[in-house]
Amino acid sequence: MRFLDAQGQRTPTGLAKVLYLNWPLVLLLASVSSMGFLMLYSVAGGSLDPWARPQMIRFAVGLLVMFVVGLTPLMIWRGVTPLAYLGSLALLVYVELFGRIGMGAQRWIDLGFIQLQPSEMMKIALVMLLALYYDWLAPERVSRPLWVIAPLVIILTPTFLVLTQPDLGTAIMLVAGGGAVMFLAGVSLWYFAAAIGSLAGLVAMVLQSRGTNWQLLRDYQFRRIDTFLDPSTDPLGSGYHITQSKIALGSGGLTGRGFMEGTQARLNFLPEKHTDFIFTTLAEEFGFFGGAGLLALYALIILFCAASAIRNRNRFGALLTGGIAATFFLFFAFNMAMVMGLAPVVGVPLPLVSYGGSAMLVLMGAFGLIQSAHVHRPR
Amino acid sequence: MRNPQSVSVTETGIARRGFMLLGVQLVAAAVLGFRMRQLQVEQSAQYRLLAEENRINMRLLAPARGLIFDRKGVPIAENQQNYRVNIVREQTDDPEESLKRLARLIAVSPQQIGKTLEEMANRSAFVPVTVAENLSWEDYALVSLNMPALPGIVTDVGLSRYYPQGENFAHIVGYVGPVSEQDLESVRDPDPVLQIPKFQIGKNGIERIQEDKLRGEAGASRIEVNAAGRVMRELDRNEGIPGTDLQLTLDNAVQNYALQRMAGQSASTVIIDVSNGDIVSMASAPSFDPNAFVFGISVPAWNALLNNDHTPLAHKSVSGTYPPGSTYKMMVALAALENNIITAEDTVYCPGYYTLGNRRFHCWSRNGHGTVNLHQALKFSCDVFFYDVAKRTGVDAITAMARRFGFGTKLDLPVPAVAEGLAPTTEWKKRVYEESWQQGDSLNVGIGQGFVLATPLQLALMTARISTGTAVEPRLIRTIDNVPVALTPAASIGLTPAHLAAVQRGMFAVSNEERGTAYRMRIAAPGFEMAGKTGTSQVRTITAEERARGVTRNEDLPWNRRDHGLFVCYAPYDAPKYAVSTIVEHGGGGSTAAAPIARDILLFALYGGLPPLSAYPAEQREGIRLLREADPNLGAGPNQTRDRA
Repeated sequence: MRFLDAQGQRTPTGLAKVLYLNWPLVLLLASVSSMGFLMLYSVAGGSLDPWARPQMIRFAVGLLVMFVVGLTPLMIWRGVTPLAYLGSLALLVYVELFGRIGMGAQRWIDLGFIQLQPSEMMKIALVMLLALYYDWLAPERVSRPLWVIAPLVIILTPTFLVLTQPDLGTAIMLVAGGGAVMFLAGVSLWYFAAAIGSLAGLVAMVLQSRGTNWQLLRDYQFRRIDTFLDPSTDPLGSGYHITQSKIALGSGGLTGRGFMEGTQARLNFLPEKHTDFIFTTLAEEFGFFGGAGLLALYALIILFCAASAIRNRNRFGALLTGGIAATFFLFFAFNMAMVMGLAPVVGVPLPLVSYGGSAMLVLMGAFGLIQSAHVHRPR
Repeated sequence: MRNPQSVSVTETGIARRGFMLLGVQLVAAAVLGFRMRQLQVEQSAQYRLLAEENRINMRLLAPARGLIFDRKGVPIAENQQNYRVNIVREQTDDPEESLKRLARLIAVSPQQIGKTLEEMANRSAFVPVTVAENLSWEDYALVSLNMPALPGIVTDVGLSRYYPQGENFAHIVGYVGPVSEQDLESVRDPDPVLQIPKFQIGKNGIERIQEDKLRGEAGASRIEVNAAGRVMRELDRNEGIPGTDLQLTLDNAVQNYALQRMAGQSASTVIIDVSNGDIVSMASAPSFDPNAFVFGISVPAWNALLNNDHTPLAHKSVSGTYPPGSTYKMMVALAALENNIITAEDTVYCPGYYTLGNRRFHCWSRNGHGTVNLHQALKFSCDVFFYDVAKRTGVDAITAMARRFGFGTKLDLPVPAVAEGLAPTTEWKKRVYEESWQQGDSLNVGIGQGFVLATPLQLALMTARISTGTAVEPRLIRTIDNVPVALTPAASIGLTPAHLAAVQRGMFAVSNEERGTAYRMRIAAPGFEMAGKTGTSQVRTITAEERARGVTRNEDLPWNRRDHGLFVCYAPYDAPKYAVSTIVEHGGGGSTAAAPIARDILLFALYGGLPPLSAYPAEQREGIRLLREADPNLGAGPNQTRDRA
């Protein structure tokens, strides 16, 4: 990070700010997204339509959003944070009441050109509000029980709403993302130990609730958990996803079957090949090198964000960067674990690669916040 | 919002936790990388295999079945375009409506529609289900033309067996039919080609016996399928090997004439080329249309075939066994001559009966033939002569001779159910009946009755062997894939030429000397003279009572109680070409029922078509001319009115 040091000691202003953006990060994001375009092109059978072209347009729009957000002073974002959180919360309530029904879950608001998913926005708004909270809170108070209650409320309110949709994947991400900010803010590790302990208890309770009239998860969610634990029990039913996904990954081997040569995806053995399971196509066609390559790119993104956060003396900016990076990490880690049979299939897309406009735009906006924190960090 | 421009926090405040979090994240990423390596490197081979199994299906391609031709290249069994109409469910919103519309265009029964809908429900949406097959070209064109109005309906063309000669070769060539469950169970290691839906295999005749040659080898198309099983593309294709073509020794024209000549009778005629054993015609009447079996015969049609007392399904030529009657007398004569029991000049007095102990064995001629030698005995078909000679020769010597001529042996022909017949011996009777052989049994054998049973094929073969003195073997297959089947020249049968000549002369007398039993059925064309022998075999016992008041005439008996009429012959006498045997079940005497048919078919074969009237005796020509005018195809000689055995 030597060259970052050379970037001058004072906060830039005006158009000069463009030079102070975290360009390596921009490059990494573009690389990851490009792999996404390639895979969307491949799973469409060698066609830009119906997925690759819209995805590229969204990425272009996303880049624009990132630059605009990134060049806007962090102060402004700090200012709108409570609004962002409350707005997202309101939208969550709205979809809960009126949202369009898709895949059995009410998750979207149709804006005509895009299907807005408030839970996506909430992932970022939650991190923003927590960063703001811990920026405001004196560091010596963070571990006091009374001051732990507020962030818990901030986290659990949207989590509860998301769970009722029901969207287990997003709920987990909200809790984990919020937890990451609290962790960064320095909340005592005992709380985390206690949380993990009670989470284990909760999981036990959820599993216990199965078949009773206070069942906490939908039947299909239970089935997915069953399948996760033993996919072979139902190879053509709910175990199909994981089995076929592992076949695709495994058959890719070290170097892959070649671009557009992946039989699993092209012949539709893979479910949701352009969204949640797109990683399997990548791993099938480009093999271990391709899969590990993407994983390395993701790791580099995390690394650059962490570097930026750790070096940032603005507590809000640092927490925001770290929180967003943690959320981003949860995205891809959960998705990869899912397709590799290490986590239940809960419907988490592969960030920047999976086809999906709302997630792409929100993510690019979030990286805009990281850029803003980076550009406007105190020198 | 206490301190909006918070710069007071030290770097380390977040840095320690930041490094910790980064560490956790990198460890997690490493775990993912390890898992990826485990799946993609260590277990890769296993998953690659699973992926291949997922995607590749083998589809068998039915080989074209070998063709069957007659000796002149006329097709007997060929593969015809089978025009089919299929329906693909996924190509229509309303399959029932499409089928309804189809039924308005071509004949499709409601049962067929029901069956189609049922099959469709059990198959994937993209699998074509056959609605109707074997359509006429007109119907096929009609459906093809109207396809825009018939969503989901598609036409295709497959191969199906067709027998252009209709019933001519039904018994010999047999027929094919769809593979049945029993077919699959009966073979230990079933050829995968049998699993092809609607695949046809030989069910009878040469089609069944030569199935291995005719079937060919299935081709295969390796196809890539998607998760739903739909064919995406063909990876490679092997057309397979078509079946072997067979050319038979049979002559379609002769076969066709033989069947027409026997129309209305339950009869069989076999013609053998004496020079090489080629079976030129082997006809069993009545016959049936093998095409009716190809797509499965209807129950009423099947029952009609089964319940017909003329047994159209029976291959009488090779499977029917009959007492050969007087046609067996050549065997008795040759056995006696070769064993020096008699000479050609020895005589026997025939008073009309032969007494053995207290039993009387009657000659067919009530008044007897007087003193007869071998020549006269054959010419008149004198029973008493052969009672005496048979008794003196003994059954074992007669049977030994008969076996050299093909009786009591299973002839090697590529058709099912070739009967062995029965050439009895003393040992045989002891074994089967646990009784010793009686002299009376020998007497009966002497006139081809009693235990003796022979097939028309055996009688024709006997005649061929008598005519040439060689052990010629019958054969049905002339070329295999245009390669002639090797012929070994027939070895001599090993009889004293003078003895054989004596018997040949006796047979010549039968149809060329006055008072010969088939004199009226002679061939008048010089150089084409025919030697023959009549035979009449009883299917009932004539009681002493009946004999006393006079044997009931055949015409006065119910059909199935009448005698079988037999005739064997060969021609030309001086340079034998064809040997013929004809048997007419319950036709009455051999000279009246069988001889005219045998002669006409023999003439047809000799002339390669209808013979000139000059081939017939002068007194018959006018009658035959009239008959030909009535039915130009037949031109049969008139039947004799008086029985002579």
